[in-house]
Amino acid sequence: MRSLTWLGVLIVALFGINAAGVIWGGGSWTPKLALDLEGGTQIILAPQVAEGETVSQEQLDQAVSIIRQRVDASGVSEADITTQGGQNVVVAIPGELDEQTRNRIESSAKLELRPVLLADAATNQSIDPSESPEPTDGAEEELSATPSVEPTDASDPNWVTPALQDEFDTFDCATLDESGANVAPSDEPLVTCDSTRTIKYLLGPVEVSGEDIVDATNGMVQTQTGATTGQWAVNIVFNERGTEAFSEVSQRLFALNGQTPRDQFAFVLDGAVLSAPQMNGVITDGRPQVTGNFTQESSKALADQLKFGALPISFEVQSSDTISATLGTSQLQSGLIAGIIGLILVVIYTLFQYRALGSVTIASLIIAGVITYLMITILGWYQGYRLSLAGIAGLIVAIGFTADSFIVYFERVRDELRDGRPLVGAVEAGWKRALRTVLSSKSMNLLAAVVLYILAVGSVRGFAFTLGLTTIIDVIVVILFTHPMLQLLAQTRFFSSGHSWSGLDPQALGAVYRGRAEFRKPVAVPAKKAASSSREAQKRQTIAERKAAQADATVGAGESKES
Amino acid sequence: MANRLTTFGNDLYTGKRSFNFVGGRKKWYTVAAVLIILSVLIPVVRGFNFGIEFRGGSQFQISGVQNATEQPAIDAVAEVVPGAVARVTIVGEDGVRVQTDQLEQAESRELTAVLADAYGVPESEVTSSFIGASWGADITRQALLGLAAFLLLAAVIMALYFRTWKMSLAAILSLLGDLVVTAGLYAAVGFEVTPAAVIGILTILSYSLYDTVVVFDKIRENTSEDGQESRRTFAESVNLAVNQTLVRSINTSVVAALPVAAILFIGAGVLGADTLRDISLALLIGILVGTWSTVFIAAPLYSQLREGEPAIKRHDQKVLKERERAGGSTAEALPVA
Repeated sequence: MRSLTWLGVLIVALFGINAAGVIWGGGSWTPKLALDLEGGTQIILAPQVAEGETVSQEQLDQAVSIIRQRVDASGVSEADITTQGGQNVVVAIPGELDEQTRNRIESSAKLELRPVLLADAATNQSIDPSESPEPTDGAEEELSATPSVEPTDASDPNWVTPALQDEFDTFDCATLDESGANVAPSDEPLVTCDSTRTIKYLLGPVEVSGEDIVDATNGMVQTQTGATTGQWAVNIVFNERGTEAFSEVSQRLFALNGQTPRDQFAFVLDGAVLSAPQMNGVITDGRPQVTGNFTQESSKALADQLKFGALPISFEVQSSDTISATLGTSQLQSGLIAGIIGLILVVIYTLFQYRALGSVTIASLIIAGVITYLMITILGWYQGYRLSLAGIAGLIVAIGFTADSFIVYFERVRDELRDGRPLVGAVEAGWKRALRTVLSSKSMNLLAAVVLYILAVGSVRGFAFTLGLTTIIDVIVVILFTHPMLQLLAQTRFFSSGHSWSGLDPQALGAVYRGRAEFRKPVAVPAKKAASSSREAQKRQTIAERKAAQADATVGAGESKES
Repeated sequence: MANRLTTFGNDLYTGKRSFNFVGGRKKWYTVAAVLIILSVLIPVVRGFNFGIEFRGGSQFQISGVQNATEQPAIDAVAEVVPGAVARVTIVGEDGVRVQTDQLEQAESRELTAVLADAYGVPESEVTSSFIGASWGADITRQALLGLAAFLLLAAVIMALYFRTWKMSLAAILSLLGDLVVTAGLYAAVGFEVTPAAVIGILTILSYSLYDTVVVFDKIRENTSEDGQESRRTFAESVNLAVNQTLVRSINTSVVAALPVAAILFIGAGVLGADTLRDISLALLIGILVGTWSTVFIAAPLYSQLREGEPAIKRHDQKVLKERERAGGSTAEALPVA
């Protein structure tokens, strides 16, 4: 049978894909488990937006990339950061989460532009005098923390008090996270490092804040004639206030050209310097271009970060779950036990109701189970899908839902037998109608699953996913396995003779023959005929009804002619 | 030999035995109305028992406890956060769940340590969660959005497939009834309303409509093509279709309900398997109610919607007149064709 071959090919192919994944791509023969089964921490962050506003997918994607950088920076591996339901960011981290990483994730992104006053390699060494002008000498003995001369602008070296100089000299970039740089006041100087922790900076007060950035994109630098130079750059667009402020800054910093690092300005994200380019010209139109040793990726990343920092979107922790590994294992166990009990109950019931035919249901369920298992492991490898407890619930519920479509089919075949068709014909005619019913009703299931999946957050998603997946697999199995199997079985003596244990015993089904002359030949029904089968059903139905009534009436009078 | 359900099925198929679902619709509508009113009243009177996801707060679960009693947890909470109300539940044999008002991070860490100490387990066995009060509300809002989107799409698809919006309307109305009744019964059982319960109730969308479509497909077959020549009135055709698919309805709902019942049984007694328990209770109620409503509400409602159509009215009158002419007897007395 061709269908069975296709099914075989499908299973072997899935098997092969997963094997390939295991060998080359870090796949696995077991499904990946979500945190509620594996143990770990899950934090769900919801964006804080004003009433009536919505968050765009782009904003969320940027938020994800920022948070991923933060988590990666803390050395946590295998963190899973995703968006859900078009509005939430879900951070899932296996194992225990330390306080520092948690704070890092939960703090909101803040972008500032500050002028550079001092810069140095991150190692704690003496300052190269050529790099920075010496601060005005104040009362060195007590390391004054207030400027002796009131600074006139943000680039004024008078900001650098002896106390600040000392802090800068002794600053260790490894302590950046604890230094509170991300919550530093904006009207005071700041000692910090770049995000790779290789250079430390002493920065002036905030000149422009990230909210004034309207847009940031990456692109190739173009010459006056429009030819590209092959150099990547980040193009920033400020709003009116930002344009004004930046124009002032650029005039001042450009005037300091040559006095590196005081001609540099730093983009500070969450307290760490993203980039500190030099001012190469006076920019009054509010559209600066940042160049440096960018690749396409790094320029894109900076542009995203600048743009993200520019957005008034901050996150609030909506829920935070820590699940111990023991609890996860016990949840997985109870899920599996429930599944096995459910499966056994379904098997007993179908065998009771459908006798030998029930074995087709069981075999179909096994096939569906194998395909589902392979799909979930493949998706775990390919898409990072993780099976949660809700997902397992979806799988267990699916046992019943899947068996339902076999029942719909069997009942249709039985209806055809009741109308007096021989088995082979009944299987064909029943199939034509059952397929239509199965497809239309299963499409409702699928629709529900898809809608839930798209709109839902959290655990609803895992549930909707497995429900949708199993619905599709169910339809595949009923077409490629259950029906061909029934076709094959219909040709065996056991079934075609209507053995009382076959579940398709015409006698037991009260089949009413149309009379010997009208006994149908066991041929497959051509498509044309199937189209008019509904119409025929109506007529046959009436006859069946009549015959049954006649049989009833003649019970007392003696033997029925049809028997 | 065939078991009784099969024989029952045979009788239903031939019409030897028939339940008057369509004819007795006033009775069924009344039952449904009473159920719906009760389902609305019960939560109003008793109130939904909202889970921590809706109230907001901190939750701790301690597993592997040797001697699971409530007092150590109550003492621990009183020690760390004096004045806080602790809801302590023993789950299964060795699990303890503690729910409190929202705690600060530091308090939460401290309580974890104290709880671990009080029950003599390592700190890694204590699970802590913090849930903002908006979490449950958020998940519900998304769920309602999903519900609206689904109903709209499903109504359109069914109207296209069955080529009549009346089937769509009947199916959707009975589905809405299912949702209300399920929510009401869930509240009556007194389980906490958690996001998992919301999932379960949403899944009923899928199952209830699936069940309705299977029955409606048979109704469509019975009523559509041979409509004019049929010797049954429209209502009788619908009723026959429902009867003919009754055994299937019973079998599919039993098979669908069995695994769900298994989840409920297992989920009720195991720590942390609340997700399983809440989903399965909502689903179990929903599957039973959904099957019931397809047979008793959706089909009669559809019949009622169509009976007023002029063509169907004419046909029904013709059928009844013919019957009268044949001496008031039913179809079985008609001459053999």
